[in-house]
Order: sequence, then C-alpha cells, then structure tokens
Amino acid sequence: MSKKLLLEHVDKEGIQYIDTYIKFGGYASVTKALKSLSPDQVVEEVKTSGLRGRGGAGFPTGMKWSFLDKKSDKPKYLVCNADESEPGTFKDRYLMEKIPHLLIEGMIVSSFALNANTSYIYVRGEMMYVIKILERAIAEAYSKGYLGKNIMGSGYDLNLYVQPGGGAYICGEETALLESLEGKRGNPRNKPPFPAVWGLYGCPTVVNNVETIAAVPWIVNQGGAAYAAIGVGKSTGTKLISACGNINNPGVYEIELGLPVEEFIYSDNYCGGITNSRELKAVVPGGSSVPILPKDLILKTAAGDSRLMSYESLAEGGFVSGSMLGSGGFIVFDDQACIVRNLWNFTRFYHHESCGQCSPCREGTGWMEKVLHRIEYGHGKMTDIDLLVDVAKNIEGKTICPLGDAAAWPVASAIRHFRSEFEDHVRNPDSCLAKHLHGDFALAH
Amino acid sequence: MSELLKVTIDGRSIEVPPGTTILQAARQLGGKYPPAMCYYSSLENTGGKCRVCLVKVAQASEANPRPMPKLVASCITRVENGMVVENETNQEVINARNGVVEFLLINHPLDCPVCDQAGECDLQNLSFDHGKENTRYEEGRREFDKIDIGPYVQLHMTRCILCYRCVYAAEQLTNQRVHGVLNRGDVSEISTYIKNAIDNDFSGNIIDVCPVGALTDKTYRFKQRVWFSKPFDAHRECSHCCGKTVLWLKGDNIIRVTARKNEFGEVEEFICNSCRFEKRDISDWIVEGPRKVDQESVIASNKYELPVISPAVNVDAKFVSE
Repeated sequence: MSKKLLLEHVDKEGIQYIDTYIKFGGYASVTKALKSLSPDQVVEEVKTSGLRGRGGAGFPTGMKWSFLDKKSDKPKYLVCNADESEPGTFKDRYLMEKIPHLLIEGMIVSSFALNANTSYIYVRGEMMYVIKILERAIAEAYSKGYLGKNIMGSGYDLNLYVQPGGGAYICGEETALLESLEGKRGNPRNKPPFPAVWGLYGCPTVVNNVETIAAVPWIVNQGGAAYAAIGVGKSTGTKLISACGNINNPGVYEIELGLPVEEFIYSDNYCGGITNSRELKAVVPGGSSVPILPKDLILKTAAGDSRLMSYESLAEGGFVSGSMLGSGGFIVFDDQACIVRNLWNFTRFYHHESCGQCSPCREGTGWMEKVLHRIEYGHGKMTDIDLLVDVAKNIEGKTICPLGDAAAWPVASAIRHFRSEFEDHVRNPDSCLAKHLHGDFALAH
Repeated sequence: MSELLKVTIDGRSIEVPPGTTILQAARQLGGKYPPAMCYYSSLENTGGKCRVCLVKVAQASEANPRPMPKLVASCITRVENGMVVENETNQEVINARNGVVEFLLINHPLDCPVCDQAGECDLQNLSFDHGKENTRYEEGRREFDKIDIGPYVQLHMTRCILCYRCVYAAEQLTNQRVHGVLNRGDVSEISTYIKNAIDNDFSGNIIDVCPVGALTDKTYRFKQRVWFSKPFDAHRECSHCCGKTVLWLKGDNIIRVTARKNEFGEVEEFICNSCRFEKRDISDWIVEGPRKVDQESVIASNKYELPVISPAVNVDAKFVSE
C-alpha cells in the first residue's frame, strides 16, 4: 500500500471535528509556520517539495507562488479552487467531506506564505452539503483562534470565506473562477496578465486546487525534502485518484506517484480488477478531458516500459501514444464498453459547458457532439470520422482557455486508437455490442 | 520616453512603443494585417474572443528566441523587442483562420443579398478571403425571431457571431447597460432582459460596432444598398456628442446617419441618437464634402468616375428593325 499523507486519518471517528483533528496532529503546521517560519521559508519548503498543482495542469506550486507580485501594495489573495466538476473526478469532494480541517489548515499556512489576509474557498454550488461542512469547520477554526485576528499571537490575520459557485464547469478555469467570485459571468479572461499579477479584484492572487493546498501542512510539518523523497522523478508526493468505471472497487485512493498502472487497476488494494472478470479495453487516466488510451498503451508505454501513475510516465509518447495524469479521474472501460457512445457522452458534456465566449469552442464543441450523436444513432457517414478529426484540430490550441483542448483531445485520441469501432458504427449501426447488452438507448433523432 | 520595440511581421519590421499589440503594430505597418471581428480599438477590453486574428509568433523576443508553442490572438498579445510574427506567410495561421471562418459561418447565413450589412460586413470580407464554397456542416442551425430592441434598433440574432462588441459599447458609452449575453455555449444569445427596450441616448452605436448585420438601424434597414447611396462627411453643433457624422444620401435625402469609421472600420468618436436618428434634414448639417472611401471597398462602386470607353460601332451590323 502507498504511504498516505492526506488520507492517513480519514477513517478516524469524528475527524471532521476540530478537537479530534487536533488530537491526531491537526493544525501543527499552523503553529510551526506562524511561530517559527517566515512566509518566504514556507514558500521555499513548497518549492523544495516539488509539489505540482493537483487540479490537472500539474504546474509546480512553489513556482506559481513565487510569481505572486509581492511588490504590489494591493492586498494579496489565495483562492482555493473547489469547483471540481470534470466527469470522472471526485477526489476533492471526498477530501472536503471527510477531512475538512485539512483543507482549512492548508489554507491558513498557504495564505500566510503568500501574505494574504483574506482567502476564499470557491466550491461548486451543487455541493451544498460540502459547503455546510466547510462552514461549520471554519467556524470551529475561528473559535479555536486559528482564523481571525492575530492568529495564535503571531500578529498574522486571516479571514476565510466559502463561496458557492454557480454550477458551471468553466468556473473551474482559474480566471473564470475569479470572474465568478467577483460576481460576474464566469467567462475566462485573456492571459496575460496572469492572476499572480492581476487576479481577484485586480489584485495579485494565487488559485490552487483543494488537493494541492491540503498537501501543504504535511510539507511544512515534515519538510519539503521529505515530500520530494516520495514519488518518482518530477512527480513527487502522493496523489488522490478517483477511480470509476468497470472496476470492482470504485473510490478515491491516495497513491504514491510512480505506482505501476497495472498494479493500480488489478491490485485489491486499489481498483481490484475489472468487473465480472472482463478484459480491460481502455482507460481515461486523468479525467474526461485527457486522451483515452487502449489497453496495450495504458499498461505499457510505446517503448515497452511499464506505464506508471505519474505525470511524466502517463504523458510519455505525447498525444500519439500517451495521455495525461490530469486531475486523477481514472475511468476504466471493459471490453463491452462502446467507445463511440462514451465519447459522445463526454462531448455532450463539453458542448453543454462551453461558455460560448470564443468561436472555436462555442461552435466546434456543438458540431462534434452532433456528429457523434449521428454516428451513435446509426446516421453517420464514413466521412464524418475525418470531419471529427478536423473539427477537433480546428479547436485544439485555438481557444481562450483549455476547455477547447479538453473537448478536442478525447475525440482525436478515441478516433486515433479506436477508428475501426467508429467505422463499424457507420457500416453496421445495429451491431454495437453495448446496445445489445444494455438496450438500444433509442432517442428521438 | 520608453524605448521603442522592434517587431517583424511577415518579414517587414516596425518599431512601436511598449504596450502595443501585434495587431496594432501590423496595422501601423500597413499591408495585410490580421482580421478582427471582436477587437475594437476604441472600446476597452475587447478582443481575444473571435480568434480570427490568430498569428504565429516564430520568435517571442530577442532575449527569448524560441517560438510560442501555440498560435496567439494578435489583438491581445503585446509586442516584445525582437518579436518575429508570421501572419499571411504561415500556412498554420491560414488554416486556423479558415477553421474559425467555418465555425462562424455555422450560425451566420451568407444571405448577403438580403442583409443590410452587405458591403460593410467584416465577415463577408473574411469569408471571401478564407471561406469555402461549401460547408461541411449538416446539422440544424439556430433560428430566432427578429426582436425590436427599442425604437431604433432591430436585432437579427440569426446573424450574430457573439463578438460582444455591442455589449462593451453599451457598457462603456451608456449610463446603464440593459443588454448582454444570455445562456452559454452555442445557445448564447444577445438580448435584453426579458426582451426589454434599449432606449438610452447612445444606443445607436451598438449598430455601428456590430461587425455583421445582427443589429440594424430601423430607420434605414432595407431602404437602400450601401453602394447605391452617397456618403458625405458632415457635422453639427451637438451638446451630447462630437456631432461628426457621415450622411448617407439617396438623391438629396438623408437615408442614414452613422458615426465616422477609420480605415480599420472602427468608430473613433461615437455619436448620440439625436444626431443619428432625428436630424434627417440636410439643413440640420454642415456638409464637409464627399467621404473618402477605400477604392477596394464595395462602397466605392458608383463613387468614382471611370474613364469612358466609347463602344466600338460595328458598321457591318444590320439593323433588323425597320
């Protein structure tokens, strides 16, 4: 079993309450950071740890923090991105629900490191029960003196707020999140300027994912070097993986980065193998926005090495034979899964969630969805397959924010690896195995 | 004064002040500059949305000679010293632009023969340069009823390409913006809240900034094709705006009044509704003279005297009629 840094105490009775949390060593990093470290020293520890952003992009956290415009005389803000809504990704929700004080502790230490006196946790609006859990936990932290004025006599003040989001996937994009937090339509901003210079209310701002912030207390307590010693290469530490699909044990797992993918899928400690002892067909390893990989490329790289659960290993081979770790949404398909239908479902999501601000994403996501719908429901043409590839190419890299890429990559990769399945759908639409097994999901055309 | 920055676009160089965008530099350089459907220099924060102005930055700067990994929107990307940009000379740029035009034409009918914007439409020009004769799009298209948004403006949502220009114009020129973008993705639409009216003094400017024929002037629509009317620069004393306009005449009648646009098709000084919609008598205006029109513009048709070529007379032709 992998070492657990975030979920070590998650099963302890009453861990969501502050007294229990403190009993198991909670808030020690606040005491350590505020009493014996300077903000710059905390930043240095995070840099040393090699911690990469756990929201999907994997950008080094310490480096992101060091970009903050500290010379600015404006207030600095830390915003926690808890707008988790990518299909297949549900690890942040689990963390906030089970052990909310870990996030709050991380927010206090991270805000201290960034000289922020006001911080926000932006939570997806649908997760109202999580918002209530966090609000209660924050109230407990205030009552214990971990939040508010002159925290533990250190002279440092911090106010922490929970802000429910409007329920749009695009609000998980950091600049759209800031727009939404300011009370505006959640449209992504053009970059540069980046939030580190021009963020919330035009002030220097850092936006970090829940899991990223939750890793900071351990790093401060144990030191950045200890964190960097876990994992493999530039993929240091542990990662929460939300596993779902045709596996025996769906759920959220904390793994040490570098775990072989094969072990993650088949070990009883993790996914426990494929349901009904079926064959593995494909995996989307990092949430629905990353390229899908067929069995032979998810277990081994194109060069024949074992594929590992790490940023580098999963990306090996680029978009020809690799994928991304992304947000860690691990979706497994068995040999009965219909790739066309699942791809249509993903694309339906991105079509619905496009903000509509820039032309390629607004028009292209809808076009792809409609063509895939046609193919899935027996009205496709052979030329539609190349059309999809072309439309995806015209979206990828042309949009304001990465939602366009998120919509295009699954389409391009699914056709690259499973083209024959698309052709079969066009030639013999009724032969789709999934329809025979699960019923012909006939919809009105 | 700050040091000037040297930028090379399609092999030609120019020095510009810091803060200049690639598009602004290209416009100063002249020749073929990137097209722009959403950027509008006199409106703040516009740009970056339509993606037709994408260019390749082959060298980010003198200090960083690496190319930028993706195509960038030239209207929002600032020039760095030693930057090398490829616009018309890069096939990747041309392909990307073709792709964006294809996307824009999904929900914008090429009904130029019946559109009020014909001859003044940026998308018409863009699709002429980058469009294809056929579309690959076979799915259903968006349909909308025309909406009267106030006494002067009619909205044809079917033609809207969601460039947001009218939203920025209303936000920056009027006291209270009452229209904006509703919904999300490809069901987004420009509208007022519950089909309200737009009745502020500067509402007519949203017609001028619209790059296509989505927002039309109700006092003018369908009265004349633009190339058959005669534009004259004129002005009047106005307590609300600069009073500098273009009068569009049919015979001696003023059939339309617009603000003056520069060579990039952008209004530099916005005008009030009184000048635009109410002053329709020639005696209301001091006419400065015929407006100079780019000879390549369709508006130039019928505006320049061509050399008269006498038809050759076929002396052998027989008259069949008696």
